[in-house]
Amino acid sequence: MALEKQRFDTLILGAGGAGLNAALQLANANLKVAVVSKVFPTRSHTVAAQGGVNAALANVLPDNWHWHMFDTVKGSDYLGDQDAIEYMCREAIPTVYELEHNGVPFSRLPNGKIYQRAFGGQSQNFGGEQAARTCAAADRTGHAILHTLYQQNIRAKTHFYDEYFAVDLIRDDEGYVLGALVLNIATGEPLLIESKTTLLATGGCGQVFRTTSNAHINTGDGMAMVLRAGLPLMDMEFFQFHPTGIAGKGMLITEGVRGEGGYLINKNGERFMEKYAPNAKDLASRDVVARSIITEVREGSGVGPEADHVLLKVNHLGEDVIAKRLPGIRESSKIFAGVDPVKEPIPVFPTAHYVMGGIPTDRFGRVMPSADDDGDHLPGLYAAGECACASVHGANRLGGNSLLDILVFGRLAGHNIIDYVKENSAHRSLDEASVEQAMSRLQKWDAKGDGITVSQLRNEFRKTMEDHAGVFRVEEMMVEGVEKVRQIRERLSQVRLTDHSSTFNTNRTEALELENLIDVGLSIAVSALHRKESRGAHSRPDYPNRDDKAWMKHTLYWMENDRLDYKGVRSQPLTVESFPPKERVY
Amino acid sequence: MKFSVYRYNPESDSEPYMQAFEVEQRQGMMLRDALLAIQAQDESFTFRHSCGEGVCGSDGVNVNGSNKLACITALADLKEPVEVRPFPGRPVIRDLVVDMSQFYAQFKQVDPWLIHKDPMPEQEILQSPEERDQLDGLYECIMCGCCSTSCPSFWWNPDKFLGPQALLTACRFLADSRDQAKEERLDKLEGPYKLFRCHTIMNCVESCPKDLNPTKAIGHIKAIMLKDAI
Repeated sequence: MALEKQRFDTLILGAGGAGLNAALQLANANLKVAVVSKVFPTRSHTVAAQGGVNAALANVLPDNWHWHMFDTVKGSDYLGDQDAIEYMCREAIPTVYELEHNGVPFSRLPNGKIYQRAFGGQSQNFGGEQAARTCAAADRTGHAILHTLYQQNIRAKTHFYDEYFAVDLIRDDEGYVLGALVLNIATGEPLLIESKTTLLATGGCGQVFRTTSNAHINTGDGMAMVLRAGLPLMDMEFFQFHPTGIAGKGMLITEGVRGEGGYLINKNGERFMEKYAPNAKDLASRDVVARSIITEVREGSGVGPEADHVLLKVNHLGEDVIAKRLPGIRESSKIFAGVDPVKEPIPVFPTAHYVMGGIPTDRFGRVMPSADDDGDHLPGLYAAGECACASVHGANRLGGNSLLDILVFGRLAGHNIIDYVKENSAHRSLDEASVEQAMSRLQKWDAKGDGITVSQLRNEFRKTMEDHAGVFRVEEMMVEGVEKVRQIRERLSQVRLTDHSSTFNTNRTEALELENLIDVGLSIAVSALHRKESRGAHSRPDYPNRDDKAWMKHTLYWMENDRLDYKGVRSQPLTVESFPPKERVY
Repeated sequence: MKFSVYRYNPESDSEPYMQAFEVEQRQGMMLRDALLAIQAQDESFTFRHSCGEGVCGSDGVNVNGSNKLACITALADLKEPVEVRPFPGRPVIRDLVVDMSQFYAQFKQVDPWLIHKDPMPEQEILQSPEERDQLDGLYECIMCGCCSTSCPSFWWNPDKFLGPQALLTACRFLADSRDQAKEERLDKLEGPYKLFRCHTIMNCVESCPKDLNPTKAIGHIKAIMLKDAI
């Protein structure tokens, strides 16, 4: 049967905040844009973002984008690229106003302006008093933004392929990406989408770890597609563990809880963050707070029958503040922890949350495939959102900078794609061999017979990642981890589907996702093993210090032979002076 | 714990049937965990799910006769054997997966986006906290579809009555002080069916996993129309 084909100016893979904000710019400019999403757009994981989006609007306390930039550079433990960070912090302001104009129901201040709350790692005046920079719609900011962007895309008549799974990118001999092979999940029919430009906006990969705040869909699909296309991933060793997941479950309790005045206590009722971060306390950077919690538990100050978590105290804020500012958290705590935070503290423990690394891009969203500092971008291929690495988060992302990153760079990628399509109006001819390669990825799962099940291997893989590439990482444990993940990858060929039907076959899509997870997991484990220093979220008790001389550089990982290379941090901002590396204390 | 689960694969089954499963119940287990355990026993069992915390709206199913989100429904609150079916009144694609296209089409019919006709200010459009309060209980909808498929008016007139979700959305924009398309929005809801088929049976309120109240929203729209008519 002939493969069905469709043509578009732009193909966007993923319908979260980055994909939808890009799509909106493109559709408003009357480009023919297709958005492919494996779930209905409002089910994308942006919907789960709680606390808010950073922008120096100065609605509550004095602020400006330069202070925001300083905090982000410091938060990144000096691994972020300062040109991209300057750009993001400047663009934060018009981006948030545009969202508000599009209808986002932000919470409000008495003067009618957008409500902003305090979040971790934020300061006024380059490291001074706490700032209030996080624009919030109660504790449902991601939901409010994602729904608004979807609504505006309906108005703009964006073409959606809902519940289509992206199998692989299609490339020609010269390396140009010409679109993607996608699978209609409901019918099992493949579809070839040809495009002049392709934007990867497929989100994160938190499902590589067993305990995670990430959704079932966060399987690193775009990152793995990039690896299979022979392109690198950058800084994958930097994975953020959010300090406050619901203990034993992993669901997120927003940093906004601490921003509103909540704090952590151990079994003695001691406010332990005072020891680890005397100034910022509970609002220190996420890597710092996560390590402090784990240290407390390891030293025997944990709470509960297993002494395996700590408590987040909120009740002193009073029922009114909790109802107004943190209604979603109250709901989640009741359902998953069985406690009402108005009365009792919430049991919490760090949970895998966010990948700082990803597909290397420049600050225009263009994919940069080379380790050469002056290397060229790949024409027509873009990445934005959690799957991309601009790099604005470096070794540790600040709360409220994730929504910001996806919205700013999604919007910007949209604008750059508009310019690119003006100058490159023709489709390049399609390479049949590349299509067949993508098809073979699908067809190999048609193999029948006995084997390992998808869920068996997935469980084993996620446990291995948690045990060997978690918050604290030492050499022997990581060598073993890399070896185990390699073996798991070998055993992928022994996995067999028990379900071979065409209609809505989740067994097949989960097998494709598992393959993606393992490829991305290995990039994390290998990159982490080789970085012999502690920086941001990458914490090596065997190399406890940051080593700027040897390691102030980005890791690049290629799948072929697990090859690594490195490239320098871009420390030169666009218009202001560089922030030189300093000791990072909170 | 005993389960009876609706099964139907159009490729191999001439008609749907119920299948029994048994799942070991652990402390704090949600219905989604049980469905995943069933899937581990039989990989061909199919349902939608994603966030696992009640915000993405993927895993709406019919449980012991009521529509619920599987991920925030505690097994401890369910009577055995737990009967799990797809949403009533929707075409079944496979097992618990239903075709939601009509539901989404109805949502689109109410022009679900903010319409602000004045030139945009350089900064945010101002809105007082009291004005913003008007959106509470309206904007939080996760489009799971629990409400619409529990509504008898929707079952009787699925092609004409817009259903509680779309009407809640209409009210969300009517209630927004920034929106400047009130007349057009109300005109679109005129006639005996789109809005007025709601007979305040309130199943939507009962089934909403986010504790929203579409019936109240519909009443509110009716009240605005009445006020405008006088």
